[in-house]
Amino acid sequence: MANAREIKRRMRSVKNTQQITKAMKMVSASKLRRAQGTVIAARPYKNKLKEVLSRLVASMGNNASDPLLEVREVKRVGFVVFASNKGLAGGYNFNIMKKALEEVHQAESRGAEIGIVAVGKKTREFFTKNGYTIDYEFMEVNDIPNSVDAGAISKTIKSAYISGQYDEVHIVYAEFISAMSQVPTSVKVLPITTPQSESAEGLDYIYEPSPAEVLSQILPLYLANQVFSALNEAKAGEHGARMTAMTSATDNATELLSKLDLSYNRARQAAITNEITEIVGGVNALN
Amino acid sequence: MAGNTLKLEIITPECVTVSDESTSIVLNAIDGYLGIWPNHAPMIAGLRPGALHYSTTGGDKYVFVSGGFVEVSDNVVSIIAPSAERVEDIDLARAEAAKKRAEERLKNRDNIDVARAQAALARALGRINTVNESK
Repeated sequence: MANAREIKRRMRSVKNTQQITKAMKMVSASKLRRAQGTVIAARPYKNKLKEVLSRLVASMGNNASDPLLEVREVKRVGFVVFASNKGLAGGYNFNIMKKALEEVHQAESRGAEIGIVAVGKKTREFFTKNGYTIDYEFMEVNDIPNSVDAGAISKTIKSAYISGQYDEVHIVYAEFISAMSQVPTSVKVLPITTPQSESAEGLDYIYEPSPAEVLSQILPLYLANQVFSALNEAKAGEHGARMTAMTSATDNATELLSKLDLSYNRARQAAITNEITEIVGGVNALN
Repeated sequence: MAGNTLKLEIITPECVTVSDESTSIVLNAIDGYLGIWPNHAPMIAGLRPGALHYSTTGGDKYVFVSGGFVEVSDNVVSIIAPSAERVEDIDLARAEAAKKRAEERLKNRDNIDVARAQAALARALGRINTVNESK
């Protein structure tokens, strides 16, 4: 009977784990829904900002200049890497780190020094282990992205860029395609490459107080928005990846349980058969 | 209705705060107050943190806008701001507290980010002014 009892214990532990993974799956699913909601809510803002900026740049022609547009010789590159604080998200973090490391190596081969801005504990762990310096870190990012968190990050990289600490800033994050797939992406955010619109000529605007002033007002908003949408995508991707990982963990647990159930029944049956044989043997011996 | 009203949209990264028909709008632009009436020429202007006041057929309304800029074209006024709050959503006590905190920081001036404290003060004052103007 010892065997059957062991199987029973194993089944109980698998069942407990399954309950946890199931709960995590549901939590991720609801967080994913909310994160997707913020992505959609942020869309009008993003589009409008892009539209106005491209129009502004088109109308200013080559006169557009701002500290955030200034291209310098690249001596030090900052990488903002968005990953999660917690694991259990399948290959999500690993894929981002692989992409980030690739980009970092590429920058190094161009002779640049590297500085890391870590968003999420996993980024910090990975790059510390690989011997890179973490210049800034953001560990307390909300699970549902908000513009306050994004604002803090964009302010940091903006002042690091203006002070000359970084000559280029890239952000690495997982682009959210669906709950099943996230594509690690790297984007250069500083110096700002202004969007080119299809209908660039547009209207003849009055600029108050002046085009340059308006430009200097818009560019930080544009940068902040790029960081915000990266954060949005990263978080939606994280919840999606975790949901997928937890779904397959729950399914695996179900499969394991049915196998264990089978072997438990077998063991029990074997024990009963054994007992019957013994009794029958005993009776036969008595006769 | 065309020619008599403007469409006002206040867009922030989190949501579209206001989407309304208006007869006239007064904004807090970088250079001072700016009034917009229907059929205004296309314009883009930078904004300061402060009150935005617009009139509708149902009365006057007040919104706090934390900066950003305004785009006017074809009788559509779009405000692109990092954040915006309708006057009824403003937490006055919090704004007063923020004002006091920023003032104290600016007074002591040691070890602080002056620009940031000034920006915080401007936002707090903008919120308080919005509430006062609406009364």
